[in-house]
Amino acid sequence: MSPSARLQEMIRVIRSARTQGEERGIIQRECADIRAQFRQGDNGVRSHSLAKLLYVHMLGYPAHFGQMECVRLIASPRYNEKRIGYLGAMMLLDEKQDASLLITNSIKNDLSHSSQYVQSLALCTLGCMGSAEMCRDLAPEIERLLRASNSYIKKKATLCAVHIIRKVPELGELFTPSARSLLSEKNHGVLHGAVVLITQLCERNPDTLAQFRKAVPELVQIMRSLVTSSYSPEHNIAGISDPFLQVRILRLLRILGHNNDSASEAMNDLLAQVATNTDSSKTAGSAVLYETVLTIMDINSESGLRVLAVNILGRFLLNNDRNIRYISMTSLQKIVQTDHNAVQRHRGTIVDCLKDQDTSVKRRALDLSLALVSAVNIRSMMKELLVFLSSCPPELRSQTASGIFNAAERYAPSKRWHIDTIMHVLTTAGGDVRDETVPNLIQLITATSELHCYTVHKLYRALLKDISQQSLVQVACWCIGEYGDLLLKGECDEIEPVEVTEDDVLDALETVLQSHMSSPATRGFALTATMKLSTRITDNVDRIRSIVSIYGSCIDLELQQRAVEYNALFKKYDHMRAAVLERMPVMDKNSPGHTNGDIGELIKESDTSKPKPAEMGFPSESASQVCDLLDLLGGPDTPGPAPASTAPTTTSSAGDLLDLLGGLEPTPVVPNLIVYEKNGLTLKLQCDRQTETDVTVTLVGSNSSLNDITNFTLQAAVPKSVQLQMKAPSDNVIPAQGLGQVTQTVLLNNPNKVSLKMRVRVSYSHQGTLCQDTVQIDSFPSDVLNCQPSFSPL
Amino acid sequence: QMHFLLLFSRQGKLRLQKWFLPLPERERKKIIKDMTTMVLARKPRTCNFLHWRDLKIVYKRYASLYFCCGLENQDNELLALEILHRYVELLDKYFGNVCELDIIFNFEKAYFILDEFLMGGEIQETSKQSIVKSIEASDMLQEMSMAFEGGRQTVFKSFL
Repeated sequence: MSPSARLQEMIRVIRSARTQGEERGIIQRECADIRAQFRQGDNGVRSHSLAKLLYVHMLGYPAHFGQMECVRLIASPRYNEKRIGYLGAMMLLDEKQDASLLITNSIKNDLSHSSQYVQSLALCTLGCMGSAEMCRDLAPEIERLLRASNSYIKKKATLCAVHIIRKVPELGELFTPSARSLLSEKNHGVLHGAVVLITQLCERNPDTLAQFRKAVPELVQIMRSLVTSSYSPEHNIAGISDPFLQVRILRLLRILGHNNDSASEAMNDLLAQVATNTDSSKTAGSAVLYETVLTIMDINSESGLRVLAVNILGRFLLNNDRNIRYISMTSLQKIVQTDHNAVQRHRGTIVDCLKDQDTSVKRRALDLSLALVSAVNIRSMMKELLVFLSSCPPELRSQTASGIFNAAERYAPSKRWHIDTIMHVLTTAGGDVRDETVPNLIQLITATSELHCYTVHKLYRALLKDISQQSLVQVACWCIGEYGDLLLKGECDEIEPVEVTEDDVLDALETVLQSHMSSPATRGFALTATMKLSTRITDNVDRIRSIVSIYGSCIDLELQQRAVEYNALFKKYDHMRAAVLERMPVMDKNSPGHTNGDIGELIKESDTSKPKPAEMGFPSESASQVCDLLDLLGGPDTPGPAPASTAPTTTSSAGDLLDLLGGLEPTPVVPNLIVYEKNGLTLKLQCDRQTETDVTVTLVGSNSSLNDITNFTLQAAVPKSVQLQMKAPSDNVIPAQGLGQVTQTVLLNNPNKVSLKMRVRVSYSHQGTLCQDTVQIDSFPSDVLNCQPSFSPL
Repeated sequence: QMHFLLLFSRQGKLRLQKWFLPLPERERKKIIKDMTTMVLARKPRTCNFLHWRDLKIVYKRYASLYFCCGLENQDNELLALEILHRYVELLDKYFGNVCELDIIFNFEKAYFILDEFLMGGEIQETSKQSIVKSIEASDMLQEMSMAFEGGRQTVFKSFL
């Protein structure tokens, strides 16, 4: 049996194994055999043994014991042994193995071998797995071969040089002179290699790039002759003469023309010619056209040419070949920002691609459609996008939903449209939207006061239909809680009136509460909404009372806590109930009371989610030193400080009396900051930095008016991660005419070193009238505080 | 620059692997696994391009074999399809109506042909004829050198 038949026999035997175990057994035997063969030395079958080993290696079995054999075979004088030895080296050795260095000498010798096929083996191997060290050693040899007269060797040496430059960029200088002269070669293989080499050199060295710009006319000439040449069977693919070479030249021209007017101008005509004359009915032509378009868009081409390029891409969009559609969309995506109008012209086709069967195409179409949405086309685009959302593959849903939200936010033609759109998304894909959607929508709704009636009616009806989409249910519950009175009134401008009774509404909320589909967060929303309705309905308050007391023994801790607190609100604090459950003020996006990040976090941790209204109730029970009860500092219609009066007096220390002598203390380096001045009352702020994270803030109130200021209280709120401890104020009466001052110290602990902000609410009586004001301090005296500039919403 | 070229069957068995970048064995195995999983999961009549990590993956099925290559961002995907096609044509010319079994039992020849066509992830030669001629000449040289082994008689072909 001839040796190579033995290889094929082995392959046959291995393939006939029926189980993995059987195969392993055969492989083990064969490997033992191979090892024995290797040990025997020169026996005429070494090359076949190595070939067998390479097969075994491809199956995934270890083959490192063949490495030295590769080295030996490469050194053999016989061509067949060298051939397999070099192949083995490329498969088993990489630059990390020590054995690879051992073949350097063999390669060096073979590079000067009399047979070009041996030289070729050496060049190929070096160009495939040569390490940096080997490259440095052999670079001069390669450079010599670049100037050889044999094109077979030249083309291989050129690509070997490319590899060398990738490994050791400094050696680029060595090859630059020869590279230039290679451009005048006729042989396509050499020419192709030369273009690749020059591309590498230019990409790595800006000076070389400038040098090669002078070669643009030559490249243009070569390209032109390729495009206009008559049929050459050797290089022709589907009517295009050597598309491989054309594409590489176009790519080099792109690099040379980028950001350079004169070079770009020199290639303008050529690019126009290629763009118009290339037949794109087959892939080869399309590949060339594609590269042409990329080049046109990347250099300083004139606008006519750019329009031509975009039109080519538009034509690609209509092509039957899915690959070409995909390509055109990726290219359009790159230029949609810079050439927006040109791409807009093809919007219709792009939107049609949303309906394509292929997910990759759909994904591209989605990205592009979202980029093309503008104020002009928002209505029609949104229709398409919403249709897409209802039928799109699951992996694209959340991207689509957030894209729709962004677009709606930027270009909504009317508030009602905006709210409708968000609701539509929530009904179709509520499970895939991000968590901030709920507070965002709530904020939008509160801001659109003229549509409260419409919104709550729509949400109520959506709730009746389906309570499985959590985001929608949460928003609906919140709105029903807030605007339940509008819902019960029945009539509404924008929507058909429907009779809604108090029982209907409570039924709906109770369904949500009891449903197994509702998440704990949703149930929290529903319970709070039920509670809020107690001030907005008249007849069924008892029903609410009973619901709330039932949940007082609920297993879910969050619900239980709420229910207990609401119960208390009914029993002990009934006089406060109306005030506590009043209508929420309009929230601004970036002001306290609505914090995108914070509320979002709250809802994510579903067991601690508590929309801010509920927290208003019980500062005395939850007396904590972290005072971020921002809602206390809400709008002007919240009643007086009655529920909040317990807040500031958390600790007191005798030493604070000394603060009366604030003015006599050694003044800190920082000047006082006047933060409030009205009715004769002046409030000043002073900061002291104790440690890296601790700051002491002293607020000093003084009175320059003719009347005393009484019932003077201060409350403060800070960003979430900052801890606040308010000491007792020195007094709550500020004598008139500057006869005395009131000082209150606030200790801040800022472990995360966020930028400090503080909201201070001042309330006092002056001349018989109750005054209340809120001041926001956005920047503290900067020489004291050295915080990180990161923003943390208050 | 092409990063790798893989050939695997419909069952996910590897038939050829060419790596144009130095990668540790573990990494190679991972790439092979990912490629086979991703490509075999593709439905028919979807486009031939995929994204994986920061590479563009181009694949094409020929009979029972998948040809799959990984490209860099600035490489031309449509041209890659042409490259894969050219390689198939070369194999076809060499073996005569090539099928998967040819590549299994003569894998080293498949590599030799590939090494005449691509080097370092770039095209070496754009003329099909030229490559075919080089392979024929190398094969001749190989047969000659084997003819002198162990004193066995072999048919002598006249050579260039």
